[in-house]
Amino acid sequence: MNLEKVIFGFFIVLAATLNFGFFVGEIDNPAHHDIYELFAALVVSLIATVLKFGDRTQIGAVHLSTSLVADLQLIAAAMVWGYAVHVAGTGMTPEMTASVVSLSGGALFANVVSVVFLIAETIMQRR
Amino acid sequence: MQPLPRHHSVFFLIMRRMRAPLILLIAIMAIAVLGLTLAPGLPDEQGNPVRLSFFHALYFMSYTATTIGFGEVPYEFSNQQRLWVIACIYMSVAGWAYLLASVFALLSDRNLREAINTQRFLSAVRSLREPFFLICGYGETGRLICGALDRLGYRVVVVEIDSGRVGDAELQNYAADVPALAADAHNPEILQFAGLTHRHCAGVLALTNDDSANLAVAIAARLLAPSVPSLCRGETRETTANMASFGTRHIINPFEKFSEYLALALHSPAAWQLLIWLTGLPGTTVERHRDPPRGPWILCGHGRFGRYVVEALDRESMPVTIIDLAAASDHEHAWVVGDGTGAKALREAGVEQAAGIIAGTSSDVDNLSIAVTARQLNPELFVILRQNQFSNHALFDAFESDVNMVPSEIISHECLAVLTTPLLVPFLEEMKRRDEDWCKRLLERLTGRFGWKVPAVWSERINMSSAPALYRRLMRGTSVTLGDLLQAPHNRHEWLQCEAMLLHRDDDNDLMLPALKTSLRAGDELLLVGHAEARADLRLTLGNEYALNYVLSGEELARGWLWQKLRPGGRK
Repeated sequence: MNLEKVIFGFFIVLAATLNFGFFVGEIDNPAHHDIYELFAALVVSLIATVLKFGDRTQIGAVHLSTSLVADLQLIAAAMVWGYAVHVAGTGMTPEMTASVVSLSGGALFANVVSVVFLIAETIMQRR
Repeated sequence: MQPLPRHHSVFFLIMRRMRAPLILLIAIMAIAVLGLTLAPGLPDEQGNPVRLSFFHALYFMSYTATTIGFGEVPYEFSNQQRLWVIACIYMSVAGWAYLLASVFALLSDRNLREAINTQRFLSAVRSLREPFFLICGYGETGRLICGALDRLGYRVVVVEIDSGRVGDAELQNYAADVPALAADAHNPEILQFAGLTHRHCAGVLALTNDDSANLAVAIAARLLAPSVPSLCRGETRETTANMASFGTRHIINPFEKFSEYLALALHSPAAWQLLIWLTGLPGTTVERHRDPPRGPWILCGHGRFGRYVVEALDRESMPVTIIDLAAASDHEHAWVVGDGTGAKALREAGVEQAAGIIAGTSSDVDNLSIAVTARQLNPELFVILRQNQFSNHALFDAFESDVNMVPSEIISHECLAVLTTPLLVPFLEEMKRRDEDWCKRLLERLTGRFGWKVPAVWSERINMSSAPALYRRLMRGTSVTLGDLLQAPHNRHEWLQCEAMLLHRDDDNDLMLPALKTSLRAGDELLLVGHAEARADLRLTLGNEYALNYVLSGEELARGWLWQKLRPGGRK
């Protein structure tokens, strides 16, 4: 067992699960989507990105790119949330909630791809 | 030095090293922001505690952690919040300090700097879009050749094992940028990085003072880039034989070369003068030497150099007496065991009756001392001094010897002649076969016309790429003679300040000193000697249709379609 692999897998899967947890629920109902979960998903996703730095393999490069996509989507979601509450002053209307959740849905897709790569790499190496 | 990893390794090295500090920073910021959103603030009008949103918490942490500190925004904090902020400040300042320390440590890291330098070198070599020479070894010889090639307008890439000398190469005031790498030329991978297999590589010069490194370069050049000409310096017979077996085009042994020159000088002084004048470093003036006399010679120092000299003197059947500290190892020649710097050994060798002396030990101080003592004993003596270190030239210039033998200069002259004007070598070979009178007349004529300053020596090939105007005209069937071509393009009644030395034809014998009425053919190659301005003028004639037409007919061609239509017979 390799501790590095454990941590790597942990963060990638955790990023995907947290993202999924935030995403599930009615798309325009603010009660179904917790801001702390979005925050946790964003932080874990950032850490997962940094963990992927410095990998020279082809699959490592694609890993990094999926993570960057997830980060981008989640940051966009957080910015929409901040805009709705503090700048527009309307609070979390159903429209705003829907756009935040759909952005996080995109991130979820990137995270799923990342997990698929993780599994594929594990199977490929057979170690 | 290790073989380099893939070219983007520097970027990855930085990212890999920054992983820990970046994760720590993200974690600290996340904990701090989360805590701030959870900590209860002062109560609002209804008495409920106000909590910071994520937006405000992130805003607050961003300016607090970076020690900007705007105060408590957007509302005054409660004591619970302040308690948490204290913890946050200490955590985040430590995190930032760690990140900055890692960045600076990384930037001053020797391995990283080396990797960045190598990276820069690689991209500089890769982006070369013009012919360049790869020089291995930036010692005295390397520096001389670099300077001369740079002045002649060629690009140069340097590989040198000593990083101090690489720094020196960067400090020199070259016209073009000279990429230099501190690495061992033994390693073929390094040679590839330095452009051995680059498509613009015009030649490889192995000039290190280590024969095995030169041999390694010769082998690498032969196997990896067989079409690239390689010039190698080799100072022992074994190495030169080994290089020759690998098909190295030119092997330069400075001692052997000098003994050849010496033999030539004894045999045919004018040919020797001509050779020195033609192969000198561009921009220098050749001093007219006294011709070496025939008669008994004395040689001090029977080492690598001495043996070649003895062979040369034997070929010219000059009697030679050898002075060496070691016991006689050569029984065919007179041998005096002793110190040549003292008058006793010199007298014993018969310095009063000798025609010339060669101070050929490996110590510059000894050589000067021998020369001074010998001159005192016999002021008429012809003195040949071996100068091992270029840096001693002030001493050697002050003592007026007849000939200075400087290995680094011999190598650089030879390299430049071979590299920049390949036709010069066949010309010199042919010249050595001609008699003394012929050489003397040629020398008088050329130096009378162009002076003793080292002339520009260059070759011109009549083909589509280097002489398009002339080539097209020859292809149309016009007959052009050499004399037509050597008229000045600004005034055709004047001659260009240059002369053709050799006409090379692929399907015919080479023509020495072609006459002015020789008609030229496409594919001919000319070796020319003269002033540098003449070279530029000739290039204009060869490449520009209007200049060529003026030179051939004295008429200006009509330029442009309209004028050609308007002027009858404008276009021929």
